[in-house]
Amino acid sequence: MEKFEFTKEELAVIDEIIAKYPNPQPAVMPVLWMAQDKFGHVEPDVQKLVANTLGLPESHVHGVATFYTQYYKERKGKYVLDVCTSFSCQACGAYDTLHYIEDKLGIKAGDTTEDGMFSIQSVECLGACGYAPMMQITNDIYVNHLTKEKIDTVIEDLKKDKLPEFEPIPLVQNREIAQEK
Amino acid sequence: MSSIDWKSYTPTLIPNIKDYHKIDVYEKHGGYGALKKILKDPSAHTPESVTNAVKDSGLRGRGGAGFNTGLKWSFMPKPDGGPRYIAANGDESEPGTFKDRVIFEYNPHTFIEGSIIAAYAMSVSTVYVYIRGEYRSWIRMMEKAVSDAYEKGYLGKNILGSTFSVDMIVHSGAGAYICGEESSLMESLEGKRGYPRVKPPFPAQKGLWGRPTTINNIESLANVPLIMNKGSEWFKNIGASTHPGPLLYGISGHVNRPGVYEYPTGMLISELINDVALGVRGGKKVKAVIPGGSSTPPLRGDSLEGVRMDSDSLREAGSMLGTAGMCILDEDTDMVDFLWRVSHFYHHESCGQCTPCREGTGWLEKTLLKIKNGEGTTRDLDLLLDICGQMEGRTICALADAAAWPVRYTINRFRDEFEARVKNTVYALA
Ligand SMILES: Cc1cc2nc3c(=O)[nH]c(=O)nc-3n(C[C@H](O)[C@H](O)[C@H](O)COP(=O)(O)O)c2cc1C
Ligand code: SF4
Ligand code: FES
Repeated sequence: MEKFEFTKEELAVIDEIIAKYPNPQPAVMPVLWMAQDKFGHVEPDVQKLVANTLGLPESHVHGVATFYTQYYKERKGKYVLDVCTSFSCQACGAYDTLHYIEDKLGIKAGDTTEDGMFSIQSVECLGACGYAPMMQITNDIYVNHLTKEKIDTVIEDLKKDKLPEFEPIPLVQNREIAQEK
Repeated sequence: MSSIDWKSYTPTLIPNIKDYHKIDVYEKHGGYGALKKILKDPSAHTPESVTNAVKDSGLRGRGGAGFNTGLKWSFMPKPDGGPRYIAANGDESEPGTFKDRVIFEYNPHTFIEGSIIAAYAMSVSTVYVYIRGEYRSWIRMMEKAVSDAYEKGYLGKNILGSTFSVDMIVHSGAGAYICGEESSLMESLEGKRGYPRVKPPFPAQKGLWGRPTTINNIESLANVPLIMNKGSEWFKNIGASTHPGPLLYGISGHVNRPGVYEYPTGMLISELINDVALGVRGGKKVKAVIPGGSSTPPLRGDSLEGVRMDSDSLREAGSMLGTAGMCILDEDTDMVDFLWRVSHFYHHESCGQCTPCREGTGWLEKTLLKIKNGEGTTRDLDLLLDICGQMEGRTICALADAAAWPVRYTINRFRDEFEARVKNTVYALA
C-alpha cells in the first residue's frame, strides 16, 4: 500500500502556514492543497495524513475536502481538462468545444482515459468569460480562445508533458502594456 | 446621448503603464504615496477622517451589493485592543464576472495599498485576501506582490516607521462559489466548509474568529488610494452621481471585442456594446443583456434605450448592476438553454443548508431541463415561477434569491420563447 507522508521540509512549511492564523484549523485548506500537489489527489488516506499533521479530527478534514470541488477525492488523469460551460462560455460554443475534446480523447466529461493521462470535466465559470471558450489544466494554467487547432496542439503537447505557456489577460482598451514575467 | 465623456477617459485603476504590477514601477508613478501621506501625519489623517473621505467619495462596493464602502467601515466597533480583520473578497465566481483577476495581474499594489489604508482606517491587525482556488497563477502573483510590499516596509510591524502595523495573508479557496458570500468566506477562512452564517450578528460585530471583521471586494479596495490621492470630490464627479467612480466592466458573450474595460460608472449599455465592445458579432441584433453577473435579471435587447450601468438606472429598467460583468446574447440565443445552464450553476453551488434553496434550485434545474428537452408543459412555466416565490427571501443567504431572479425574469421577459417550447397542458374538465 502506498504510504502518504510529509517530509521534514514540508512539515516546516506547514508550521509556517499554521502561524498565519490564530489556530491550526485554517491551515486545513492550504495543507490539503499541498497534499494534492504532492500526491495528485486527496483520497481518504491523504485526508488522514492532513488530519494527523494538524491535530484535527479526520471527520473535519473529510468534511472540508468533500465540500470543495477542486480537491480530488479520487484519482484523476495526469492532466485534468476543466472546460468552462457556464453561460458566457456556453454562448460562445463551449459545449461544442467540450464535445470536440470528448470525441478526441474518447471519453465523456467526468471520466479518465484508460492510460490515465487525461480527465475531462465540465466546470462552472472560471472567471475568464471574455476569452471564451476556455479551459483550465489541472487547477492551474488557463488556455483561452480555444479552437480545434489549439486544442489539438495543447493535447499533443501534454502527451509530451509540455504545458502550455501562461497567457497574459488580453487588455483590449487601446493598450500597449504587455509585460515581462 | 451620453453625458459621460468616456472617450477622453484615462484609466486609473488599470493605468496604461507598462510593468505597473512591479513594485518599483508602481512606486515610480507615485504608488504607496497615499499611504505615506497618511502615516507621515496621522493627526491630520485620523482613522475617522480616512473613513469619512471614503464615505464622502460615494464609493459603493464592487462585489455585487453596491453598499457604500466608507459607511460599511464605520460600522466597525471601537478598538478594544484585540485582533480585528479585513477579509478581501477575491472569490470572483459569479458567472460572467472576470475583473478582479485583472487587478491581480496588472495592478496588485493599488489593491494592497488600498487594503493597508482600509486597515488603518478600521484599526485592523490582519488582512486576509481570499482568492478563488482556480486563480492559482494569480494567487502566485499576489503572493509575490505581498512579499515585495513586506520587503519595502509597507506591510508588517511599524509600517514606514509609524506605530501602525498590519499583516496581509493570501488564502486560496478550492472551488466553491458560495465562498464569495461574506459569511461563507469567513467560515472557509476558518478552515471549515463554507456554510453561510445566520445574520445577525453581522461581521463587524462578530466576524472571523468572533472578532470584528469587514469584507470588501478587491476592486472596492483598489479604489481607495485613488480617493486618498485625488480627493473625494474628484471621485464623486466620475460617472453616475449616485454610484460614482471608475468601474471595471467585464463584457462577454456575442460581441466583437469582449474583455475588461475601465470606464466611469453609468455608461450607456448601448455604447458599451456598440462602441466599446465594437458591436455584436456578425452584425446581429441583441436579444438579451445580463448586466452584472448571472444573478442579475436579463434585460431584453429591445428595452435597452437610455439604460445605464449604475444602480438607479438598472433598477428602473428592472435589473441590477451586480458585478458589472455583462454578457451580451444575440438574436440566435436559445433562452431556454441559457436559463437551464444558469439554473444548473445555482443548483450545483447551493450549499444545501436551507430547504427552499437546496430543493428549489434542484427543481428549477430539473424543470428547465424537461422544457429544454421538449417535454415540458405550460403548467411547468407557472410551476417555475411558483418555486421562485417559495425561494426568495426565505433563506440564510442570498444564493437562493440569486438563483430565483434569473428564472423569474427570463420567463417573464421571454415568455413567448418558453411557451413555444412547451406542450399545451390539457386541463381535465371538472
Ligand atoms: C452567493 C453570493 C456570492 C457572492 N460572491 C461574491 C464574490 O465572488 N466576490 C465578491 O466580492 N462578493 C461576492 N458576494 C458579495 C459579498 O457577500 C459581499 O457583499 C461583498 O464581498 C462585499 O464587498 P463590497 O461591499 O466591497 O462589494 C457574494 C454574495 C452572495 C450572496
Ligand atoms: S440560501 Fe442556499 S447557499 Fe445560502 S445558506 Fe441557504 S442553502 Fe446555502
Ligand atoms: S462563463 Fe466561462 S469563464 Fe466565465
